[in-house]
Amino acid sequence: MNRMLWIWLAIGWIGFVIFPWYQQEYGFWTLEWLFDGYPTYVDYAPAILQATLLDKYWLLPVGLFLLGPLLLARQGRAHPKYAQILIISGLGGLIWMVGQGFAIGISGWSYGWLESLFGPLDMRQYGLGYGALLMAASYLIILCTGLAAAGAMRGDVFVTSAIGTVVALVALFVFFPVARILGSAFVDIDGAVSGAAFVRNFFDDSVWGLGCLAGGACGVAWNTAFLAILTAVSTTLLGLAFALVVTRTGFRYKKSLRVLTVLPIITPPFVIGLALILLFGRSGAATQFVSDLLGVEAGRWLYGLPGIWLAQTLSFTPISFLVLIGVVEGVSPSMEEASQTLRAGRWKTFVMVSLPLMRPGLANAFLLAFIESMADFGNPMVLGGNYEVLSTEIFFAIVGAQNDAGRAAVLALVLLFFTLSAFAAQRFWLGRKSYATVSGKAESGAHIGLNPALRRLVYCTAVPWGIFTVAVYGMIFYGSFVTRWGFDNTLTLDNYVDAFGIGWSEHGIVWTGAAWDSFWTTLNISAISAPLTAAVGLTTAYLLVRQNFRGKSAFEFGTMLSFAIPGTVIGVSYILAFNVPPFELTGTGVILVICFIFRNMPVGVRGGIAAMSQLDRSLDEASLTLGANSFTTFRRVILPLLRPAIVAALVYSFVRAITSVSAVIFLVSADHNMATSYIIGLVENGRYGVAIAYCCVLIVVMLAAILAVQGAIGKRKLRREDRIAPDRLTPDRVSPAGENLKEKHS
Amino acid sequence: MKIKTRAGSVVFENVTKTYGLGAVTAIDNVSFTINPGELVTLLGPSGCGKTTTLRMIAGLEHATKGKILIGGKDVTQLPATDRDVSMVFQSYALFPHMTVLENVAYGLTVTGVAKAEAHEKAEEGLDLVGLAGYGRRLPSELSGGQQQRVAVARALVLEPEVLLLDEPLSNLDAKLRRQVRTEIRELQQKLGLTAVYVTHDQEEALAVSDHIIVMNRAVIAQQGTPRELYEQPASGFIADFIGDANLVGAELVEIDGDMAHIEIGGLRQTLPHRGLGIGPVNVAVRPDAIELSAVNGESGQSSLKGHITHAAYLGNQMQYSVTSDIGDLFVIDPHIDAPIATGDEVRIGFSGRGLAVVPTDE
Repeated sequence: MNRMLWIWLAIGWIGFVIFPWYQQEYGFWTLEWLFDGYPTYVDYAPAILQATLLDKYWLLPVGLFLLGPLLLARQGRAHPKYAQILIISGLGGLIWMVGQGFAIGISGWSYGWLESLFGPLDMRQYGLGYGALLMAASYLIILCTGLAAAGAMRGDVFVTSAIGTVVALVALFVFFPVARILGSAFVDIDGAVSGAAFVRNFFDDSVWGLGCLAGGACGVAWNTAFLAILTAVSTTLLGLAFALVVTRTGFRYKKSLRVLTVLPIITPPFVIGLALILLFGRSGAATQFVSDLLGVEAGRWLYGLPGIWLAQTLSFTPISFLVLIGVVEGVSPSMEEASQTLRAGRWKTFVMVSLPLMRPGLANAFLLAFIESMADFGNPMVLGGNYEVLSTEIFFAIVGAQNDAGRAAVLALVLLFFTLSAFAAQRFWLGRKSYATVSGKAESGAHIGLNPALRRLVYCTAVPWGIFTVAVYGMIFYGSFVTRWGFDNTLTLDNYVDAFGIGWSEHGIVWTGAAWDSFWTTLNISAISAPLTAAVGLTTAYLLVRQNFRGKSAFEFGTMLSFAIPGTVIGVSYILAFNVPPFELTGTGVILVICFIFRNMPVGVRGGIAAMSQLDRSLDEASLTLGANSFTTFRRVILPLLRPAIVAALVYSFVRAITSVSAVIFLVSADHNMATSYIIGLVENGRYGVAIAYCCVLIVVMLAAILAVQGAIGKRKLRREDRIAPDRLTPDRVSPAGENLKEKHS
Repeated sequence: MKIKTRAGSVVFENVTKTYGLGAVTAIDNVSFTINPGELVTLLGPSGCGKTTTLRMIAGLEHATKGKILIGGKDVTQLPATDRDVSMVFQSYALFPHMTVLENVAYGLTVTGVAKAEAHEKAEEGLDLVGLAGYGRRLPSELSGGQQQRVAVARALVLEPEVLLLDEPLSNLDAKLRRQVRTEIRELQQKLGLTAVYVTHDQEEALAVSDHIIVMNRAVIAQQGTPRELYEQPASGFIADFIGDANLVGAELVEIDGDMAHIEIGGLRQTLPHRGLGIGPVNVAVRPDAIELSAVNGESGQSSLKGHITHAAYLGNQMQYSVTSDIGDLFVIDPHIDAPIATGDEVRIGFSGRGLAVVPTDE
């Protein structure tokens, strides 16, 4: 393990002596700096030359801390102060790096009191670059090695370093930006810090006003909350109906209903909104049919609360469905059978046993839909009309004519308050109330069917809604082949040619379509972020499931937190946090990648936790007692057994990155435009045909990705039969071989 | 190359283990010594701390207080990876994605042994447990008993100072259990291994052990050879846990050298006093040490009488529940040809063996 320390120390020195300290203007991967005045030119010089030749003497201590570990060169671990030296070096280096970065910015001292303390400084510095990145990583590992040597995690360097790395990343890319929002909320429109600005923005009538009770318009906070509750109620009820149809009835098209659950994953968030416009907009198919029939004027009812509600219910019902299938299946059949043998009929059994057991699951689905609705950006953007909700208001506060970061920050805080409350309720209140009855024990028995009246009810709810959903998706595809919806319904390929035209010239293929740029950028960025997301997510899951340490619940909360932070809030916070040194990332592709990693990480964590909980702990312990260290165990035992989860995490984060819009829309730049923000632009310009054609292409791409992976790893469902199969290793429950043969102790 | 043995000792010095900031005490100030080459069983009811003790030897749990030595070396703070012990898990914990050979060679390859050498040694290990030629299968393709032997081979090829077995037979059916436990015992004796064996099955413990440590409620209740534990239980708990026992109140009336005269419900018995003084004592009476006879018959001379409340025929023995002046008794009677009916009055007598004086529970 000592070898690893020296390797990391060497990386630190390389970062100090060789690589440019500051960020490169022309992008992360360019090598321009190598050929243009390196090493002495001020933009390209490494820290050591910056500090000596270029008078940035404050960078010298950045390297001095790297001398510490050299004291240990001779004695290594035997040195009496081994741990202390490493801790001081690592911590000192990190603190100094970050401290100097914040203290000195693009116009000298960043804070007035520093200037009055040290006198004026007529030098400036930009964002941290390669050199700083390497050194930060090096210091972090040195610090963690030191902590491990001091007894952290029983001296396990790998586990300590993994925890340290995740904590550092989450702190930098989740907590720091959110903290910046808090700070910005107290800045008024001229840039001065004032509590009054916060109070004014916060208590503004446009936020909390209750005018709608008197017939006017309510504040945006109330609007958002009202919409979220409506959506949560409707999606939970519909989701339950679907779940009951699939699990408790003999419905013939169950398989196709299950396909519905894949839809939200591969649907860019505003696609439903677009389809609804095509159906119910003023020139929509249904609208025109009805107005022709009844001779009434086509209305604008879709634009506003009803439209958003409809779109969100369509979008999120499959998510509730997915959650509730698990909940409904999780009710142990033996409890229902017990109830029936106690003379309760089907209806009584459902009402008095099954439903109460599902209650925490229903609440969970409700809160999930509540959070999703709050965070939704695409549908309100497309269908909002005059109905203002927080996520779009935040966007307009930043990009609109006002450009009022203070207001955006306050609105973001309000939104964050709502979603975090729901998230906290979900975790702390429901967390204790789970009646999950799926145990490791083999259970047999079948779920009982529904009472006939109830069955008719769920059929009448689920089937029409399912047909409606199919119609909406059909609309999307049909709409992409229509010249101009509602006015000229001739079929055409023009929309696809506009977006994805390919031409030939003497130089070879020419990508003439307007969408190619954003399309390739999207695939590129998503493909880069997917493996990183999976890596961070699964490592975190490993730490949460397999390691015990102090502050673990805080750690877990922190890592799951970004799930509850709406994309718009993340977008705003990243703009606020990463627009200025020391972390200057806006306008780069890197910020998009980072945003995706931390937006989608909770999904990877959850998947990893679920998969890893199925792995018997004795497998790790066996590996440890056989002399493998925790890293080897992770690499050779856990990772291979988690392969399905890894692949799932990869695909899921890839697809989510493609469909993500709310955070992305703040972070895209001319060089790095993403598909979703490009489509929003098309919608704003009224080019629905091209927008929908683009969406169709994305859907097909994602569907292909998912199907390819599904084919590769096979179907993964939780089925009861799998757990009683005596001699077959199913991918669903990887137990130590032989576990299934266990018989009950006397 | 052969699988060698480097049997080491295990010493616990005043070891305490608490969970959750001291809220739960799993092990309370436990000390014992396991000599090299011995098979020692940790026995006790669920939750007594035996598995925690085993996991502390393995390094999977760490002592809150006290010292643990393996092979004379203080390993209290050493993690499992660095300890020279290996363990056979209750679930076997065979890696399902590796072949049998890869499983057995795993411990060698991860500690830096060249692959060819590791595989050669793994083959020997498989040979040792009678599974030569099974190396290329996956664990899921083996029967439960075979999987169990793979787990043993995997632990043995590392030539550990101590071999730990955590309820290794609990996943096997009853017939196979007896066979496998004999195999394990033979292997242990052949290789001269130090082995620590956890079980809650007292018959298994009696059958395989050189030495048994009985634990109850986080402390050691008694330790000794199987014979000592059965014949000289230190307490009512031990008497009841190792074999069945009826615990009846009695009076120690007179001490005569090593022996004492005991009155049990009016009957006088002479038993070793085992350091107890005159006064009330308990006597642990094995179910087969009680002799019943019909009251109207002439064979029984005892003045102690009781009623049969339940009689059951088990093929090779009769089992009776009896109420009497000295309490409810559980009796095993090999005389299946002359069963006594439920409700009958019986005379109660004791055979000489199968009685032991134990202190009363304070």
